Amino acid sequence: MTTTAPEHLLRADGVTVRFGGLTALDDVGLRVEPGSVVGLIGPNGAGKTTFFNVLSGVLRPTSGTISWKGAPPPGRKTHHLAKAGIARTFQGLNLFPMMPVIWNVMVGADRLARGGSFSLISGLGRHHRDEKELEERAMAALVRFGIAEYATRLPGTLPYGVQKQVALARACVGEPELLLLDEPASGLSGQQMDNLAEQIRGFSKDMAVVLVEHHMDLVMNVCDHIVVLNFGKVISSGTPAEVQADPAVTQAYLGTPANEEPADGRPVTVDPGQNGAAR
Amino acid sequence: MSQPTTQRDKRTAAPSGSDRTPPKTPRASSWASMPLPVRHLLLAVLGLVGVTGLLFVTGDLTALRIAAVGYTMLAVAGLQLLVGGSGQVSLGHGAFMMIGAYTMALLVLHQPMLPLAANLGIIVVVSIIAGIAVGAATARLHGPYLAGATLILAVGLPGLTHRYHDLLGGSNGLNIRTAGAPPFLQDLLSTSEWRALVVWTTVVIGLAVLATISSGRLGRRMRAIRDDETAAAMAGVPVGKTKVVAFVIASTAGGLAGGLQAYVLGTVTPSSFTLVLSLTLLAALVLGGIGSLWGALWASIAIVYLQIWAGDLAGAMNLSRDAENNLPIVFFGVVLILVLRFWPLGVHGALQSLRARLRARES
Repeated sequence: MTTTAPEHLLRADGVTVRFGGLTALDDVGLRVEPGSVVGLIGPNGAGKTTFFNVLSGVLRPTSGTISWKGAPPPGRKTHHLAKAGIARTFQGLNLFPMMPVIWNVMVGADRLARGGSFSLISGLGRHHRDEKELEERAMAALVRFGIAEYATRLPGTLPYGVQKQVALARACVGEPELLLLDEPASGLSGQQMDNLAEQIRGFSKDMAVVLVEHHMDLVMNVCDHIVVLNFGKVISSGTPAEVQADPAVTQAYLGTPANEEPADGRPVTVDPGQNGAAR
Repeated sequence: MSQPTTQRDKRTAAPSGSDRTPPKTPRASSWASMPLPVRHLLLAVLGLVGVTGLLFVTGDLTALRIAAVGYTMLAVAGLQLLVGGSGQVSLGHGAFMMIGAYTMALLVLHQPMLPLAANLGIIVVVSIIAGIAVGAATARLHGPYLAGATLILAVGLPGLTHRYHDLLGGSNGLNIRTAGAPPFLQDLLSTSEWRALVVWTTVVIGLAVLATISSGRLGRRMRAIRDDETAAAMAGVPVGKTKVVAFVIASTAGGLAGGLQAYVLGTVTPSSFTLVLSLTLLAALVLGGIGSLWGALWASIAIVYLQIWAGDLAGAMNLSRDAENNLPIVFFGVVLILVLRFWPLGVHGALQSLRARLRARES
């Protein structure tokens, strides 16, 4: 913890979160290198989203440290992390329902505006240039995500797949260095999922990605490194192949090793690593 | 003063529909490329010219009413930014008006040499301080808790006048005399007309500032917080700070409005800044239409004129004094219910949908 290797973009050490008597996370660590895609998997209730909330500053850990680019994060509030270059999407999308799509995305770009408090309040100085630039960036992002035609619509009036793209555009438009994706594939069709995998690989050219996901296909497909959580602890981590071969992972997902039979439809909460393993 | 959403609609929707609509005139595009403050100041000047014209064609009595619409509009517009913009419901807006009004009265009484502009400047400073204090204290409160906290302000502040009877004059309040029109304008303008002009000059500047904030980056940040605090914070919006700023802007608009009211009426009493005023401002905002500064215009007209009409009605019906005093509130309530029954989005929402329907019929 004293000397953090500078090649880590984000590093979490010994993160523990307790809610009263319940230990949601126990001594969890994570390394994210620039340009890498890290998958966070585990059965329901394993603490994935809790860990995500810690990484994005929404939740403060009971103990443990987070370092960003080899130093403590610039502030303890969520918006400090966002300003430093961490963006995230939400499981429930959390779009701004009363704002048109373009404004949704412009809020995501807001951190790139260069005007200070004066221009913000008075509308003078850099404000006009900032606004033009934000709008251009937002529009460019909408085009990149293929949703430019919905720019003036309210999010609630759009199909779910489009809303997901809006959420992605909002997160990416601010040019973050780290993108946290919370279940990006939930509710998507097979075709949309393939597109998503391609998109995520595209993101990793510009930024590191950490994703929480239940769809093993996607995780095995796009991740360079996988961390498996169960009951708040890291039970395995490594490349997709290593994780798939780890008996602890199979046990966590499928139950006790006594079940040697292929465990389709067993007490499994999520699609197990079978499909991914078959690849 | 136009609503940001529709503005955006127009600008970004134009290219896709350009085959149907005529190409944009150079004037329109140069209008859109102008910085927001410039655009809004031009609108402000236009509004002021309009009001001046109105003052010349109407009489002395109407001048006072026009002035009342002016300062009420400023107060409601500030509330609009707070409630419609940042999503913080304040039941204490009348308290900020009271702070402004008493500041004006005290300045006129104790520093009579100060010019009016300086008084207004001091009111802005005092209101900002009050706004920071209240905003910082309530920034962590949400919904009903915030409303409750601001309610205390509206209920408690008028009581201060009794506690500091010598300074604030108790329930009789303070009476002030301010100068009328400057000598070279006295042939042209009556005192009331001059005051209405002073009020509206301040009001249009205030509205231009509010409109600029509302449709710019800060306004967007506020709306983001209103819509989803977590997502806004995750996009880098400093939630607490933005909420306090919204409070400060609203309190400044409210304080200025109160100061102007004291200037026009020449009297401030605690009974004009009770909870009823705060609630009326909020209800009028809903009536006018939340989310647009135009809503504030309809709201202020409603507040001023419903009061007057109710008074006339009571006079015509020879009602007792008690009934006459309460009739405006009843009247206002009935109108509010009717408006919301038929136009759930308020007067502004109704006008917008009417415009949309007309446009749809045209094409």
